[in-house]
Amino acid sequence: MAELALPKNSVVKAGKHWPAPGGAKAVKSFRIYRYDPEAGGNPRWDTYDVPVDAVGPMVLDALIYIKNTIDPTLAFRRSCREGVCGSCAMNIGGRNTLACTHGWAEVPGKAVQISPLPHMAVVKDLIPDLTIFYAQYASIEPWLHTTPPEPANEWKQSESDREKLDGLYECILCACCSTSCPSYWWNGDRYLGPAALLHAYRWLIDSRDEATGERLDALEDPFKLYRCHTIMNCAQVCPKGLNPAKAIAEVKKMMVDRVI
Amino acid sequence: MAAYEFIDHTFDVVVVGAGGSGLRAALGAAEKGLKTACITKVFPTRSHTVAAQGGISASLGNMGKDDWRWHMYDTVKGSDWLGDQDSIEYMVRNAPAAVYELEHWGVPFSRTPEGKIYQRAFGGMTSNYGEAPIQRTCAAADRTGHAMLHTMYGQSLSKSVEFFIEYFALDLIMENGVCVGITAWKLDDGTLHRFRAQATVLATGGYGRAYFSATSAHTCTGDGGGMALRAGLPLQDMEFVQFHPTGIYGSGCLITEGSRGEGGYLTNSEGERFMERYAPTVKDLAPRDMVSRAMTLEIREGRGVGPKKDHIFLHLDHLDPKILAERLPGISETARIFAGVDVTKQPIPVIPTVHYNMGGLQTNYHGEVVTLKGKEPDSVVPGLFAVGEAACVSVHGSNRLGSNSLIDLVVFGRAVGLRLGEILKPGASQPELTAAQTDPHVARLDRFRNADGSTPTAELRAEMQAIMQEDAAVYRTGESLQNGCNRLQALWQKKSDIKVSDRGLVWNTDLMETLEFENLIAQAVVTVESGNNRTESRGAHAREDFPDRDDKTWMKHTLAYLDQTTGKVKVDYRPVHNYTMSKDIDYIPPKSRVY
Repeated sequence: MAELALPKNSVVKAGKHWPAPGGAKAVKSFRIYRYDPEAGGNPRWDTYDVPVDAVGPMVLDALIYIKNTIDPTLAFRRSCREGVCGSCAMNIGGRNTLACTHGWAEVPGKAVQISPLPHMAVVKDLIPDLTIFYAQYASIEPWLHTTPPEPANEWKQSESDREKLDGLYECILCACCSTSCPSYWWNGDRYLGPAALLHAYRWLIDSRDEATGERLDALEDPFKLYRCHTIMNCAQVCPKGLNPAKAIAEVKKMMVDRVI
Repeated sequence: MAAYEFIDHTFDVVVVGAGGSGLRAALGAAEKGLKTACITKVFPTRSHTVAAQGGISASLGNMGKDDWRWHMYDTVKGSDWLGDQDSIEYMVRNAPAAVYELEHWGVPFSRTPEGKIYQRAFGGMTSNYGEAPIQRTCAAADRTGHAMLHTMYGQSLSKSVEFFIEYFALDLIMENGVCVGITAWKLDDGTLHRFRAQATVLATGGYGRAYFSATSAHTCTGDGGGMALRAGLPLQDMEFVQFHPTGIYGSGCLITEGSRGEGGYLTNSEGERFMERYAPTVKDLAPRDMVSRAMTLEIREGRGVGPKKDHIFLHLDHLDPKILAERLPGISETARIFAGVDVTKQPIPVIPTVHYNMGGLQTNYHGEVVTLKGKEPDSVVPGLFAVGEAACVSVHGSNRLGSNSLIDLVVFGRAVGLRLGEILKPGASQPELTAAQTDPHVARLDRFRNADGSTPTAELRAEMQAIMQEDAAVYRTGESLQNGCNRLQALWQKKSDIKVSDRGLVWNTDLMETLEFENLIAQAVVTVESGNNRTESRGAHAREDFPDRDDKTWMKHTLAYLDQTTGKVKVDYRPVHNYTMSKDIDYIPPKSRVY
């Protein structure tokens, strides 16, 4: 029978309340998932009160404030702070997004609740294990396949052919989409998920690529592609405004086109 | 000290860093049949190359006639003659092939109506030796770095590069002046690793986060430079820090120079397009050091915009919204999110913001780290290479031209691969490593892990960033630099009072930020000391007390050594190469730098 409750060691317990430094009055509370694999014990929700005057507008600003000023043990990934590197993807107020481009004032509710990307193994605090996600990306062979010889200069590509890559190549591999997808939650080991499939389509539709048949063959499988049920969470959450579900639909169309 | 065990690895080549230069070097080494590891503290596509926007320079001539000699002239002039002209010739001549290679790997370059790679205008890039702006910068909209990095990572997956992802490099393993490998800390399980290698390539990027406000990512902490200084090696030309004219006021996020390349312009509080006064020929497309100085002067003379009159406007609102959507979609989004500006209607508030380090590990144009040994200025450090922003080849001299960094990454990344293929034998036997070589690495990690002083890392880091921001700015004086030296020396001493709260080893980001802070402050110290020492103005180093370039005394590279115990800096010099690589072009002699 399916186990619908969390295993005992994953139940998130009540954690610590960290008051604002200097007893500031105007504060915003951040309720943050904490898990330390070395300390043992269950994960917990810690609540941090952040003085609103001392912190920048984004959720990442608040996380950095907490780490710098209240609790240096809080662990999260971050790098570019401008929405292009994809490091700081997490679940904020129930929605997967990037901490660096999401304003904390926009998050509904009294406290801003932050947890790691859902349905992934948690390494520590807000850091999920993305090993399988990356392996799925690698499996679609994200490089141009051409048969030699290459031209002395560039491959020619018309402006309209180049335009077909827009809405695809901008993906930052943050994993917001895949980890928001219920189908990926259930079959994350065999369904490639929206991010990898968006990239699969990016190479399929590239006018320079010569491996369309092989690429489609590799996706012809009951799980890899066809577990997309157009739930559309991927398109809802993509912080870059991309639409992986549409890309997946295009791949399915290509599958049909080649047999009729 | 707690017991730490190393997990051992042996490779022919270990590349540290997986940005553009690291990936290109790793690919090149693997193609030569060398067993190659690439270790990186972030997943490769999160490296800061991803944030490069405007493009990559190469004289393809897709938009009209171009010539590598013009590109060379512009780069030499942009460098204010501090660049080594043999290296510059190597870069500009290999640039077109490097761009075509990227295109063959799949980079989604924007296209011309003929289906060729689209090229845009960029600062300091001119036709016919300074005559007029030229379109030389190859672009994938305004996400060129992102497109390149993702493509190069994909390409490396097709080759036999072995990745060690989310490993933080600790220190170089040195034996009698030879680099024999590197130690690293694996973040997700807390284990320590010892990589033995015939060659170690530092592709660790810049140290922009030494400053309070930078376009650089949080991870730009110059870890390679920190390791080199700890290994007793000098760093070259560290006084030259580039301020990008258009960081968003407040957040510091980058707005590409390509926005001016597409027709954008700057205005002051009087609505005046002031760059016309400072650079009559190329106007808003002057090199970054000049534009940043012009903006600083406008603000200083009371013509800044905003309630505090402390920034400048960048106008794109006159451009066709279709062009903005097609060629500048990324910065349109960034301006909306971080400045609340609709670029089709409003100007973007901008301010010169720390962006790039011209200085770094001195190398020849094969990427081999060189150093001063007795009278020999180009003595190779065996086993050690550097590439990208971590290196100082030096092609950028005292001021880098926009879009010359992306080409630097791939041209010299490729050069490193070629050189490794020439000098290494795959699988050649290597000496055993000894505990004595790595004990200090472990001791350093353990000391910080258990550091129980009274000042948290974040506090010391904030103090360093404030000092750099105030005392090593766009304009410097002897007084400000001396002040910076004194304050940083005091801060160096306070390092012994550092407090780390997290005692774990799994993803202990408190400890990692502390190790990064030590890398940063080392380079902050050599930056201000080198700047204080150079009593002239050249490129990005603008001294108000010495406003002129002084070729007689200062046509030379600074080498700065740091004593780790005392924090004191020793300065020496290497000559600027006053020769080119081939006979196809003569040395371009210094002249006054006007645009």
